Amino acid sequence: MDKYQINHLRELEAESIYVIREVAAQFERPVMLFSGGKDSIVMFHLARKAFWPAKVPFPLMHIDTGHNFPETLEYRDQLMEKTGSKCIVRLVQQSIDEGRVVEEKGVNASRNKLQTTTLLDALEELKFDAAMGGGRRDEEKARAKERFFSHRDEFGQWDPKNQRPELWNLFNGKKNMGEHFRVFPISNWTEMDVWQYIYMENIEIPSLYFTHKREVFNRDGAWLAKAPFMQLKEQEKLQELDVRCRTIGDITCTGLTLSTANSIEDIIHEVASTRVTERGGRADDKRSESAMEDRKKEGYF
Amino acid sequence: MSGKDSGYLDMELLRFTTAGSVDDGKSTLIGRLLYDSKAIFEDQMEAIERASERIGGEEVNLALLTDGLRAEREQGITIDVAYRYFATPKRKFIIADTPGHIQYTRNMVTGASTANVALILVDARHGVLEQTLRHAYIASLLQIPHVIVCVNKMDLVDYDEAVYDKIKTDLEGLSSKLSVKDIRYVPISALKGDNVVDRSSRMDWYQGPTLMYLLENIHIGSDINHDDFRFPVQYVIRPQSKDFPDYRGYGGRIASGDIKVGDRVAVLPSGFASAVKSIDLFDESLEYAFAPQSVSITLEDDIDISRGDMLVREGNGPQVGQDIDVMLCWFNERKMVPKGKYTLRHTSMEARCMVKEVNYKMNINTLEKNKEDKEISMNDIGRVTLRTTKPLFFDSYTKNRTTGSLILVDEATNETVAAGMIV
Repeated sequence: MDKYQINHLRELEAESIYVIREVAAQFERPVMLFSGGKDSIVMFHLARKAFWPAKVPFPLMHIDTGHNFPETLEYRDQLMEKTGSKCIVRLVQQSIDEGRVVEEKGVNASRNKLQTTTLLDALEELKFDAAMGGGRRDEEKARAKERFFSHRDEFGQWDPKNQRPELWNLFNGKKNMGEHFRVFPISNWTEMDVWQYIYMENIEIPSLYFTHKREVFNRDGAWLAKAPFMQLKEQEKLQELDVRCRTIGDITCTGLTLSTANSIEDIIHEVASTRVTERGGRADDKRSESAMEDRKKEGYF
Repeated sequence: MSGKDSGYLDMELLRFTTAGSVDDGKSTLIGRLLYDSKAIFEDQMEAIERASERIGGEEVNLALLTDGLRAEREQGITIDVAYRYFATPKRKFIIADTPGHIQYTRNMVTGASTANVALILVDARHGVLEQTLRHAYIASLLQIPHVIVCVNKMDLVDYDEAVYDKIKTDLEGLSSKLSVKDIRYVPISALKGDNVVDRSSRMDWYQGPTLMYLLENIHIGSDINHDDFRFPVQYVIRPQSKDFPDYRGYGGRIASGDIKVGDRVAVLPSGFASAVKSIDLFDESLEYAFAPQSVSITLEDDIDISRGDMLVREGNGPQVGQDIDVMLCWFNERKMVPKGKYTLRHTSMEARCMVKEVNYKMNINTLEKNKEDKEISMNDIGRVTLRTTKPLFFDSYTKNRTTGSLILVDEATNETVAAGMIV
């Protein structure tokens, strides 16, 4: 590469930093959603780069379903302490206790969908006007249509058929009172880009992404982790296997990958040779063909 | 992979746009590029197979891969720009896949605005159509640096060289009217795979590269303007902390050109001059930086600078003015209001503007200028003069895609209603 060339990761980084700064400049009360997964970790890293040596000029927020892997929460708290950042936590359990949502029943019950209400309530309560998320267009077909700056009406809904055109790098964050924006700074990153960037920048990630022994059971072809709130069906048996997370979501719907990948390099190799998408193990997307689109319209991340 | 300098991390990023309707084989072509570069995963393939069966198609319909919304799948049409990603060992690609059915201009302009390359598909059986002309015109208007014309469905014309030559000659005649810098032609069959990734054995008469070879090797290093340093200030970074009590950095993305520590710069609009003290990116200090990097720049002197201001090299400034001539593409169902007032966004600056005059409307089917009918409605393109409330620092769009572009926002609905290329 010549003197005036940057590689694809540096170009994506420059684009994402630009988007994050634009959010800080155009909105009064932005917030960055943080789940403890690799995408939000990378997004937060980019935010720190965007404002260094100043602190990130907006808080983080975690919508906690109460069904997290304990390692995720541990990682989150350590990261906040290390970087001197603030993370607001809102609990889905509280939305349940207050009767705002009703817990799903049955063996496949998940709090994934319930998060939307907790999120929208939190945005309204804390008067956030822009919420940045780590969604990527390559993750899912409805997300492939998403803008960087995605307008939400006063009900937090997305209207995919009537999105604002987005040209060059001119982002239009204008809105009426009560409306807000979702912003996706790493829209153009693929799963591989995220891993290569973590490698290049030497970013620390939760231990869940590396191989470890865990008690798991198989449901509909996906390996799920044993947890106190997971009910097993009759024929499902626990086994201890070498697994790792390819994505981190709720324990209830995050499929684990059988893997012995022990380093970021191993993971990059594994991602390069895999033939299944990363959300292929996510039960929440398999509910129907437009599961993601339907959830997004209601205000999901 | 052996280390941080491995080839993996040394890929270039190429953005390209494809335009056209389902009939010309665009979805099949994208499907083939994704499939042959192994960017389609098994679970995606299974989902498409299931969906194809349900709508009763005989073959697996690769178009379903790109049609992401429920309404699109139900109606079999594409509504919005969809972004697709794939990589080969040489490059990472971002495809802005734009539909042809409705809101044609709006979507193609959107997809084209950031593209290095435009793929234009021509059905070998039908030759150059009005639609082809529209594609070429928009590629030229948006100054996409490279255009690749894929003469598709060569299998349906018996791989006949004469058919390809005729199309090529017809388009070469037209391209003299357009300002496309680099135009290439490839005869392909997306369905059979001829000349897409692998060289066709059925067209010995064609000695040129395959489509994938072009995508992987077209030189894009010169697409960015490397001559004129333009740095729109996006965000002022002031930590006011114990460790950095006096740090005052200007955060932004270099729009064009390059800059080194020590270089003399001028600040617009104030006109004050200073020198670059440091160029920072996180805890890393850079000796020099260039477009399209995002950095933070500090200056030797304390000058009042805020968002919307611009740093340029001393002695090489942009144009400054309040009467701006633009080629305007209108995107909204609400027509452009003559003498109407709109919010304008240009680099990191926001201003208000009035539509002072419509000079002509472009007939994009014939490339003729219409000076009689000056009503600009959805999907129209016209040459318009805008009067802004404060001066813009701009270059012509042909010189600089960043400082030469702007959007208009409707003050009542907040919608982005138009895109402008400064003449």
